[in-house]
Amino acid sequence: MAHIDQSKIRNFCIIAHIDHGKSTLADRIIEMTGLLTDREMQAQVLDNMDLERERGITIKSQAVRIIYKAKDGEEYIFNLIDTPGHVDFNYEVSRSLAACDGAILVVDAAQGIEAQTLANVYLALDHDLDVFPVINKIDLPSAEPDRVKEEIEDVIGLEAHDAPLISAKNGINIDEVLEQVVSKIPAPQGDPDKPLRALIFDSVYDSYKGVIVFCRIMDGVVKKGTMMKMLATGAQAEVVETGYFGAGQFIPCEELSAGMVGYITASIKNVKDTKVGDTVTDADKPCAEPLPGYKEVTPMVYCGMYPADGAKYPDLRDALEKLQLNDSSLHYEPETSLALGFGFRCGFLGLLHLEIIEERLEREYNLDLVTTAPSVIYKVYKTNGEVMELTNPSNLPDPSEIEYMEEPMVKAEIMVTKDYVGSIMELCQERRGRYISMEYMEETRALIHYELPLNEIIYDFFDALKSRSRGYASFDYELKGYERSDMVKLDILINREEVDALSFIVHKDSAYERGKKMCEKLKEEIPRHLFEIPIQAAVGGKIIARETVKAMRKDVLAKCYGGDITRKKKLLEKQKEGKKRMRQIGNVEIPQKAFMSVLKLDDK
Amino acid sequence: MKSLSVYIHIPFCVRKCRYCDFLSAPAENSQIQSYVNELCGEIHREAQKYKLYEVVTVFLGGGTPSLLSADQTAQVMSVLRADFALSPDAEITMEVNPGTVTEQKASAWRGAGINRLSIGLQSAEDEELKLLGRIHTWQDFLHSWELVRNAGFANCNIDLMSGLPGQTLESWRRTLSEVIVLKPEHLSAYSLIIEEGTPFYEMYGEGDGLPDEELDRQMYQETKAILAKAGYVRYEISNYARPGQECRHNKVYWTGENYVGFGLGAASMVEHVRFDNVRCMESYLGRLDKVEHRHELSREEQMEEYMFLGLRLMTGVTKSGFAQRFGRRMEEVYGSVIDRHCREGLLASDGDCVRLTDRGIDVSNYVMADFLF
Repeated sequence: MAHIDQSKIRNFCIIAHIDHGKSTLADRIIEMTGLLTDREMQAQVLDNMDLERERGITIKSQAVRIIYKAKDGEEYIFNLIDTPGHVDFNYEVSRSLAACDGAILVVDAAQGIEAQTLANVYLALDHDLDVFPVINKIDLPSAEPDRVKEEIEDVIGLEAHDAPLISAKNGINIDEVLEQVVSKIPAPQGDPDKPLRALIFDSVYDSYKGVIVFCRIMDGVVKKGTMMKMLATGAQAEVVETGYFGAGQFIPCEELSAGMVGYITASIKNVKDTKVGDTVTDADKPCAEPLPGYKEVTPMVYCGMYPADGAKYPDLRDALEKLQLNDSSLHYEPETSLALGFGFRCGFLGLLHLEIIEERLEREYNLDLVTTAPSVIYKVYKTNGEVMELTNPSNLPDPSEIEYMEEPMVKAEIMVTKDYVGSIMELCQERRGRYISMEYMEETRALIHYELPLNEIIYDFFDALKSRSRGYASFDYELKGYERSDMVKLDILINREEVDALSFIVHKDSAYERGKKMCEKLKEEIPRHLFEIPIQAAVGGKIIARETVKAMRKDVLAKCYGGDITRKKKLLEKQKEGKKRMRQIGNVEIPQKAFMSVLKLDDK
Repeated sequence: MKSLSVYIHIPFCVRKCRYCDFLSAPAENSQIQSYVNELCGEIHREAQKYKLYEVVTVFLGGGTPSLLSADQTAQVMSVLRADFALSPDAEITMEVNPGTVTEQKASAWRGAGINRLSIGLQSAEDEELKLLGRIHTWQDFLHSWELVRNAGFANCNIDLMSGLPGQTLESWRRTLSEVIVLKPEHLSAYSLIIEEGTPFYEMYGEGDGLPDEELDRQMYQETKAILAKAGYVRYEISNYARPGQECRHNKVYWTGENYVGFGLGAASMVEHVRFDNVRCMESYLGRLDKVEHRHELSREEQMEEYMFLGLRLMTGVTKSGFAQRFGRRMEEVYGSVIDRHCREGLLASDGDCVRLTDRGIDVSNYVMADFLF
């Protein structure tokens, strides 16, 4: 039978800096092409997870197929692939882009180009995508479309004179965008007669269908009965169903052929077998070469996760197992802490990823968690020649066994208006940054290049950046590699007992400052006890900072006037509830949130 | 016959004190009269349920019950007397605010059968009284005191407050010694609590201007010492009495005996069922069934209350009493909690008794919370 005519297919994505209106434009496109009635239309259709909609960010990439009747009278198939917008998910972005032939670049008419605009455009151009710009939020009073057009041409070098001026929010000029998708984005060029080659850009686990693989067919055809093979993992399975993406639903179809975007199910039990970026081929007629660009994603940030109620440990294990089915970048392995009991050391792509997983565990699985401070992976070169990858600070060997340590560094690009260049550079210096260069994009805006230790940016760098630039700075980074560095382990002693879950690795020069702040923070968090509690910070057994929680002198006595006991009981219950949320360390009760307090040592 | 205690709430006062968060407000005389009528109706109707009980204590609290006219007080007391079996030696207390006492009223109270008065003095220092927003001075109090003593009230309590803004150890000692001279039978001394929603909360909510915790505890310890010298025994966290003159009504609350409350917002506990009257005056006046919440205590809740209420008494709780009431040994239910707090020096367990130590009194919530399931 005849395969679908590729010249009528457009595979594209939308790229933008966060908040420039990517998801809103996606909604309008879906709406304009009549895929959903107004009633079905829920704001930001592509952001499926509740969390995504709440936070206004895209975590997992999603795809949707739309039929568009163009002004030339022809019907086109649009496959719109939504990409995550956050650096944590850079690799997922990259794979989503690889599934497209072109991209719409959305730029805010008031804000102009931002750090992620650039990063995303470069990423798209690296994948040989044809990119055309649209200027969004044209109805804002502060919109300056002409200036932004000029900026796009000068800074990025993209033609922008005929860029559609739109308001995605109010549906202005969306048809112009659709027409340009037809005229400016190339049709796919695959060969349906060659052996199957398809790129996996996402996969989800469904309890009925097993793993659902999202893919772009480059060459060949896949249909029910095809014995599919994943090249990187070697996993094989017989295809049960192929189909494409309706808005929020899967629509089965006979086959997927070259140029198409769709899904495959094959009773695969584990998303680990279907890694994003891997190539799918036909086991009976394999392709010669895998598609380029596949790499193993590895976690960058680790933390300990413990159930607040120790008895919930099996529940946490089950929940992590289930989440991993949908998120192969989540790593975890069991560990024990003297302070927190049984739990897991979990690895994440970044801090946002960590927060999302934490929130999903708490919300979807109803778990109360205690999370330890996040840590990057340090390389520890031991005197005996061994190299150790350290993900848990409490596993740091004795200093006498350490030759030296290395920490991960990132290349960061920060875009900021010139008034804040000074304070941003100051921030980077404080965070042990190494200045590389600075260029002015235009008279008022600069792009600053820094190299920074990852360890300095995983905590609150982004918040600090925003607060020191009144929200004007934007930021993007990529991992650069490891560098030798003078790191020490900072231990916290509460009532003279070391609390392993509070230890963290810090640069020698920041140890005093961090230790002091940590003690101050813990002093606020730990309630008064019957006795005085010293809180100390120590490096290598030497105390460098101390605070004291004074002993509790007295309680408030509730009145029980006229036999109104209920009030008294409520007070006691509150007190008891408070005790429940505590961890007993020695004879000190520590509130669970204290274990996260190391995160919030905000500076200014 | 089983015994029962009765609480009657009079939610009116001349003027709201600045620290007060009780259910009380100033009112017109006509409003007071319709409340008294409604209250009498409630007592009359409810009495049907308590035919098998003998009333052993009565407490008229407020607000300012002494604000009622002699006739209104008599009206309440006579319906109570007519519908309940009042024990011949019942303790019948009324709260009195200095400045609302007259010779006629005092003798009318006697005539109505009231045999104990609780007088809200709070402080012997005029400056402190003014700050609290009290309607009387020390002189006003002395005058009231003379009137009630002359009227024959031989069992009287005086209410005092420590931990007041600007109060010093010296001024507290002065208050205590001034009051001791009057030889009341009973003294209550509470630490001021800053309650949300009161003018004091706006002024002192942050704790500025109040005696610090150390001073507060010092006042508390001195109170015990000074009053002991004058022949008063601390029998409950905040109550002191000459031997044999403890407030029987007060002890009912701490020992899990039955009590029923009448009037706006009054709380009751009868045969292990707690219930409260509505707290909104309009609803109270407008409906026959005044009860708002009703909750039957489970066995566990009864044990909790036996412990944390009983521990307010200085004699504490008894293991034998616990076993008799619940058919289980106290050690079996609370052994580890008791042991831990004994080790910490907060509880003392001698023979049959378990009680708070002086240090335990300071942090009583900390101890009591552990008796909840």
